[in-house]
Amino acid sequence: MTQLRLVLVDDHAMFRAGVRAELGSDFDIVGEAADVDEAIRVIRATIPDVVLLDVHLPGGDARAVLDGCLPHVPATRFLALSVSDAPDDVVATVRGGARGYVTKAISGPELREAIQRTADGDAVFSPRLAGFVLDAFAGGAAEHDDEIDRLTPREREVMRLIARGYTYREVATELVLSIKTVETHVSAVLRKLQLSNRRELARWASDRKLI
Amino acid sequence: MPRAAHSREDEYVSTDVTTPRATRPMTGRVVAGVAIGLAEHLHVPAWAVRVAFVVLTFAGGIGLVLYVAFWAALPLNTQAATDPTAARSSDTTRLLSLIVIVVGIGLSLAALGVDFARGAVLPLLIAIVGAALIWRQTDDEQRDTWSAAASKAAQQTVDTSAAAGRWRIAVGIVLVVFALVALLLSQTGPAAALQGLSAALLILGGVALVTFPWIYRLLREQSQQRRALIRAEERADIAAHVHDSVLQTLTLIQRASDDPQEVARLARTEERALRSWLYAPDGDPERTFAAALKRDAADIESSYDATIELVTVGDTDLDPALSALVAAAREAMVNAARHGGHEASVYAEVDEHMAEVFIRDHGSGFDLESIPADRHGVRESIIRRMERNGGSATVRSSPETGTEIQLRLPRDSDVTP
Repeated sequence: MTQLRLVLVDDHAMFRAGVRAELGSDFDIVGEAADVDEAIRVIRATIPDVVLLDVHLPGGDARAVLDGCLPHVPATRFLALSVSDAPDDVVATVRGGARGYVTKAISGPELREAIQRTADGDAVFSPRLAGFVLDAFAGGAAEHDDEIDRLTPREREVMRLIARGYTYREVATELVLSIKTVETHVSAVLRKLQLSNRRELARWASDRKLI
Repeated sequence: MPRAAHSREDEYVSTDVTTPRATRPMTGRVVAGVAIGLAEHLHVPAWAVRVAFVVLTFAGGIGLVLYVAFWAALPLNTQAATDPTAARSSDTTRLLSLIVIVVGIGLSLAALGVDFARGAVLPLLIAIVGAALIWRQTDDEQRDTWSAAASKAAQQTVDTSAAAGRWRIAVGIVLVVFALVALLLSQTGPAAALQGLSAALLILGGVALVTFPWIYRLLREQSQQRRALIRAEERADIAAHVHDSVLQTLTLIQRASDDPQEVARLARTEERALRSWLYAPDGDPERTFAAALKRDAADIESSYDATIELVTVGDTDLDPALSALVAAAREAMVNAARHGGHEASVYAEVDEHMAEVFIRDHGSGFDLESIPADRHGVRESIIRRMERNGGSATVRSSPETGTEIQLRLPRDSDVTP
């Protein structure tokens, strides 16, 4: 099996070195970048499988990198990393096109799994991101809501289990589903998060001075 | 008792500040709030002051003159403006009452034998109404500046009232100009009126041209000063907070540099505190469910050297049953931190029907039946406590997946007033 090709984007050299040491044996790290312009250049030159993308960068944020790359490297997936759990970071990066969001406190094995899952085209939700989603989509759906603006009961169940710290495998066991089905549900939620114009989502973001 | 003395002093200071000046309140007023402001100051009903003004108006117009003088002299009460949601009588209501007052005065004057059709009376009245509109608007702008500073939520109100304000100023200017032209026409012939008007316009244009840069700079400086003030206050806030928290912790870390475990604990505690200060909406752990859980999780992290990933969905004010749920969750978190491999996931969700907390660890698990009956922890502090408050607790445990304690509290049954 060929190794996945990674690009690390983070303005802290220490962090890149740490990730390199941690993942270097399992992945082919083809490039590193410390700011937005460099990131766009490196990613477009190397066309990696997965980009580990820090949310806060000098010269812009993850959103700028996503905007600058996604049209040119459609096969590359982005996994956002951040030290903060601020909801505005989550919403901005996920809406910008990242396939997942994890905090930097994530353990090595979990990060490896998250990268693999991102490369497979699945969504990666941390417990906290699942909590945000439940919060943002909370409340009984009004009748005029589009389908995109609410979670199905099954998606809600999956989100709640992820928020409770269950891995996808444990979620599958708990709900007597296949892992593939769980992944499908999570991807559906990710799509809704990216496309929904649900009022609460907007209010929720503006409460946190996002828009 | 120093405490009592202190509070009496506070009371004294606050009464001292509020009594000495009459102010014009921004709510409940008809024209400019003069009558209601005076009424509050003199402790008499507002209608009495209003009647007095009207009666005095017929005594050679003294009432009107007094009203305008008070308007100019009394400061706007900006304290009330800090509550942007405070009721304001609608613009239409106030406009209607204004019209009624003007028509009433006009009819009364007509009854007293003043001839409106002739001379300068009608133009003068129109000019007064126009000027009043413009003056009113400056009041409103002053108020809006204050409420905008007090709350960003007021932004929308400011926007809508700014549009209404522009209309009011425009109408006021049109009225004043119309009245002045009418006055001029009534006193002189059309040709002379035109001449006078163009001369006046020329002079006005000249004055505007000369003073424009100066006025512009004044306005700009004012807004710059306000921004600088806000920035300075924010910086002072942040400096104070950093000094109290981060700097103290860094000092402690330097002292404990030969004890890695203590350093890690201090760093984690400080990280959590800083994070919640930077990102979390304000919550009072004594008051709301999510904030109470967050406080307990942080406590347990620092006392047991564990990592607790807490996710909360929804929030509500604490009641006795919810407080019991928080206490039970705390016990479960302590249990997880001690026996669960120093890592735990906690998920709490509350809505109007149900409050639930799930505490999960990846330890080796334990068998509920094998716990000696005398061990207080799980049985008494978690399961019994939940049952006493109408809820339930379930423990799922296995060596492979660790332990999950599930706490449920239905909320329909015990709705307390």
